[in-house]
Amino acid sequence: MASELLLFYLFAAITVAGAVAVIAQRNPVYSVMAIVGSFCGLSGLYVLLEAPFVAVVQIIIYAGAILVLFLFTVMLLNASREDGAEWDRTHPYYRPGPTRVGGVLAVLLLGQLVWAVTKIGGAGVGDLQPAASSVRLLGRVLFTDYMFAFEVTSILIIAGMVGAVVLAGKKGN
Amino acid sequence: MLDFVSSLFQPPNNWWVAYAALVGVLFLALQISAAVMVYFERKVAAWMQQRYGPWLVGPAGTLQPIADIVKLFFKEELQPKAADKLLFSLAPIISVATCFIAFAPVPFGATTTLFGWLDEPIALQVADVNVGVLVVFAIASLGVYGIVVAGWASNSKYSLLGGLRSSAQMISYELAYGMALATVVLLAGSMSFREIVDAQAGYFSYLALPTIPLPAFIPKWNVFAVFPFGLIAFLMFFTAGVAETNRAPFDFPEAEQELVAGYHTEYSSMRFAMFFMAEYINMVTVSAVAVNLFLGGWHGPFLPPEYGWIWFLIKLAVLLFIYLWLRWTLPRVRYDQLMSLGWKIMLPLATLNLLAVAAGVIAFGL
Repeated sequence: MASELLLFYLFAAITVAGAVAVIAQRNPVYSVMAIVGSFCGLSGLYVLLEAPFVAVVQIIIYAGAILVLFLFTVMLLNASREDGAEWDRTHPYYRPGPTRVGGVLAVLLLGQLVWAVTKIGGAGVGDLQPAASSVRLLGRVLFTDYMFAFEVTSILIIAGMVGAVVLAGKKGN
Repeated sequence: MLDFVSSLFQPPNNWWVAYAALVGVLFLALQISAAVMVYFERKVAAWMQQRYGPWLVGPAGTLQPIADIVKLFFKEELQPKAADKLLFSLAPIISVATCFIAFAPVPFGATTTLFGWLDEPIALQVADVNVGVLVVFAIASLGVYGIVVAGWASNSKYSLLGGLRSSAQMISYELAYGMALATVVLLAGSMSFREIVDAQAGYFSYLALPTIPLPAFIPKWNVFAVFPFGLIAFLMFFTAGVAETNRAPFDFPEAEQELVAGYHTEYSSMRFAMFFMAEYINMVTVSAVAVNLFLGGWHGPFLPPEYGWIWFLIKLAVLLFIYLWLRWTLPRVRYDQLMSLGWKIMLPLATLNLLAVAAGVIAFGL
């Protein structure tokens, strides 16, 4: 139990440190690598929650596929540093626009967190329903109870793909 | 102190000693396998081109890989001035680390008590994960970062092109690779390597469908299952595996004639050696996964189950030879041909194949 707690803090630290590193420095390639690290920590947390399937899927889809495309884009655009124009070379944290938007978002997130924590209340993890960790169970739930949400998601993704193709095709013609 | 040491070699403590030894042996064996593969690559290439290959260092040139390693060790470590220092040294580490981790859930033999030495049987594998098939897939998909980051951090156009090509290629072929994996998962009803392999023990008593009886001589391997769909899935898996490991005829990331040496143009000494080692270990991993998923793992005739790992090694050697064979007989395909093969042929074919197997599983409960 003690070792599990230790592992939790280790993975939590990796996740948070990676997430902070994503926004804390200006080289976009470093940001992508930091978020890969963050996702690996998150996947470790899923393993501790006894959901190995979710953990592995987290790595395959996010770290292995989506972020490779991010890195691909960053490299193709050769956006080596996030340099603004001459007048706004101040640190992004101190620019007026981002500060206000970020402040609002931070307050919203804090409210959500407080709401979630009070909702759980004193209930321990043991009182919650067992997670759908088995692949069979997850598949069954996904294709019966959440069929509609699943199909809507796929339409959303196809819409995104069509949009990308249209945007990319415009220049060629 | 002495009591403690001797107690380590008695049951029940010796299980942990055996496990530690297993991990150590596997780690060492993977490193040595890279050296052995380099030697055989050169020998097989020479044999196919009617040359002698390495012959000077040691008997029949067998010490050549050791000489190569010593040479790489003492070479100067170069780094371009414009390179990104942190990522430049991180890239080979990512490559090597992922290729070692990817082998962790791959079993290479039946559970054994080491001829009665252990109380509890030990599994010949580092980690028996119940989603083991996906873990290999996930770690292999992280391996692409080593190549992409190396290409970017070198700050050289050849390296960058090599890195971009490799990421595009690996993403394209991962889909067909995943579909072939899903076929096996469907047939075995499990994602654990050990369960998949154990489902392949014995012989088929029917041909393709349960309605056509057959004398028992075809092993119940997934490659023969629901003939010919199992075979198609195996060919898909192996082709995608060749593309995933960037081997000829799909070796675009390091096409010498076009890209100097691709993503590792700027690397020298041990950092280059790490990329080189990762490439060969990835070949071993893909072949080992193919043996487990399609060729019945450690099951085979004549040998008792304790010696199943011998069968495993034989099958592994055959697949690795096919890798070398492909490289020295087939010319490199063109880049757009590679992409259209991946997206327009392999992916639809693998999907149809998966659907056919799924229909078979539903209709006949295979």
